[in-house]
Amino acid sequence: MEIKGRAHCFGDDVNTDYIISGKYKFKTLDMKELAKHVMEDLDPEFAQKVKPGDFVVAGKNFGCGSSREQAPLALLHAGVGAVLARSFARIFYRNAINTGLPVVECDTSEIDPGDELLLDLEKGILKNLTKQKEIPVKALPPFMLKILRDGGLVAHFRKYGTFKLD
Amino acid sequence: MGKTIAEKILSKKSGQDARANDLVLASLDFMMGQDGTAPLAIRVFEEMGGQKVAAPEKVAFVIDHNAPSPVEGVSALHKVMRKFAQKHGITLYDVGEGVCHQLLPEKGHVGPGSLVIGADSHTCTYGALNAFSTGVGSTDLAAALISGKMWFKVPETIRFVCHGRLPQGVYAKDLILYLIGQVTADGATYMAAEYAGEAIEALSIEGRFTIANMAVEMGAKAGLMEADEKVWAWLKDNGISGNFEEVKPDPDAQYAAIKEFDVSQLEPQVAKPHRVDNVAPVGEVAGTPIQQAFLGTCTNGRLEDLRIAAQIIKGRKIHPGVRLIVAPASRKVFLEAMNEGIIQQLVEAGAAVVTPGCGPCVGTHNGVPSDGENVISTANRNFKGRMGNRNAFIYLASPATVAASAIAGEIADPREFL
Repeated sequence: MEIKGRAHCFGDDVNTDYIISGKYKFKTLDMKELAKHVMEDLDPEFAQKVKPGDFVVAGKNFGCGSSREQAPLALLHAGVGAVLARSFARIFYRNAINTGLPVVECDTSEIDPGDELLLDLEKGILKNLTKQKEIPVKALPPFMLKILRDGGLVAHFRKYGTFKLD
Repeated sequence: MGKTIAEKILSKKSGQDARANDLVLASLDFMMGQDGTAPLAIRVFEEMGGQKVAAPEKVAFVIDHNAPSPVEGVSALHKVMRKFAQKHGITLYDVGEGVCHQLLPEKGHVGPGSLVIGADSHTCTYGALNAFSTGVGSTDLAAALISGKMWFKVPETIRFVCHGRLPQGVYAKDLILYLIGQVTADGATYMAAEYAGEAIEALSIEGRFTIANMAVEMGAKAGLMEADEKVWAWLKDNGISGNFEEVKPDPDAQYAAIKEFDVSQLEPQVAKPHRVDNVAPVGEVAGTPIQQAFLGTCTNGRLEDLRIAAQIIKGRKIHPGVRLIVAPASRKVFLEAMNEGIIQQLVEAGAAVVTPGCGPCVGTHNGVPSDGENVISTANRNFKGRMGNRNAFIYLASPATVAASAIAGEIADPREFL
């Protein structure tokens, strides 16, 4: 699983209300509609700027707050290829894996807006092509990698009918 | 080596010797979805090929986040929930029943030793009853509906020991805000919290719910307490008898950290915009003008909370520049508050009482502030935009501080009103 795109940088503690505001998420299950408003409280232009495969890059505790799965789904539907952060809030982390959005913990301090990045999820390698530097990433546990490889927990359940942990 | 409460419950429910950082598949005692998350879980259930809910008697759906429905789109989602619940024999708590985290304990669905998931981040509330309960997303809920199970990474635990007794005018909410301020919003990420010590033991079960409810605001997966005689008495008083078994941590349990606090001199606390860990003693923000005050939510909408607020408000008038909105946490709380004359006192003072539910806290309806306004609220989150307007400022505090501020028209120290 290789993902290539540009970096869109955000700070620490980006919460799920910032990713997709409650005022939209309760009204519809249309993820394309929600995707139009993704990150809008932090960057009103984000939904227009983001290109398929681009990276959301953040500091610590990304995705803190509510359990709304609309948060990773809105990012996915906006075209975000992966989220890189120094750390993630746990419910968001689970939800991202379950919905098939790659999330990777790494040192994001030297990634600048617009940097071109290449992530190889299987090998656990992240390259900053603009700065010609490799950034060490924390490897995903095999079970989570398996869910991502299946395309999320929905596809995993369609395939196995239940949890297939090993 | 001994085990923490989290390790013991997850060991029992997974049938294996679970230790921190192990990955386990565990059987669930209860599952919950609310109207912000259940509709998506239903869609995912179908996408997964789900035919049957594995254990319908262990599932409840709650319509609380948008109750009653303010717009057509929401009405359609509510209908989807009602239809699914009826088809699969699931309990559905409809408009007006109350907030999910009040209902699950009140209706006897959770108790000591239970393993519970809910598609809502404040599901950690039931830790006050010694249950391991945690928030998940809609996909996890859908998989749990089909299989009755969920995967867990067994968390490490931070133990918070609170020595001393809270002074007059200082409550559970002040204590948990203080602890969050100390450890910060991600101080317990991926971990479970255990809360113990004299200050916790002295709290009512309602106060303990307030503490456990906000465990997630320090990043924790669960906020656990031991089941003492107060817990068993609370269950009995509420007519609850279940197959519950209390779980104590071993004396030699391994903790990621043990943090000790003396809270005997604690002052009322306020979380300032726009972070829950941006906490200060009330004196630091006293005098800040407010336009709206909100009393309610899964954090502080219980009878004890309404009682505390009413004691301050009764016989006084809400400041003319302030809207005080009150949402009892459940129909039961609402009725009890009416029987005690609390609702009468609040309404006479100028409060607007709304349907038991989550609305104002999550910005769906029933009290969206306007640009530049300051709100003081008993809720658990003050993120920008949380109440539906990104240009409003939310301060979090205890019911007493909210009540005192609603009268003063500015943030006020409740100790001056007691």
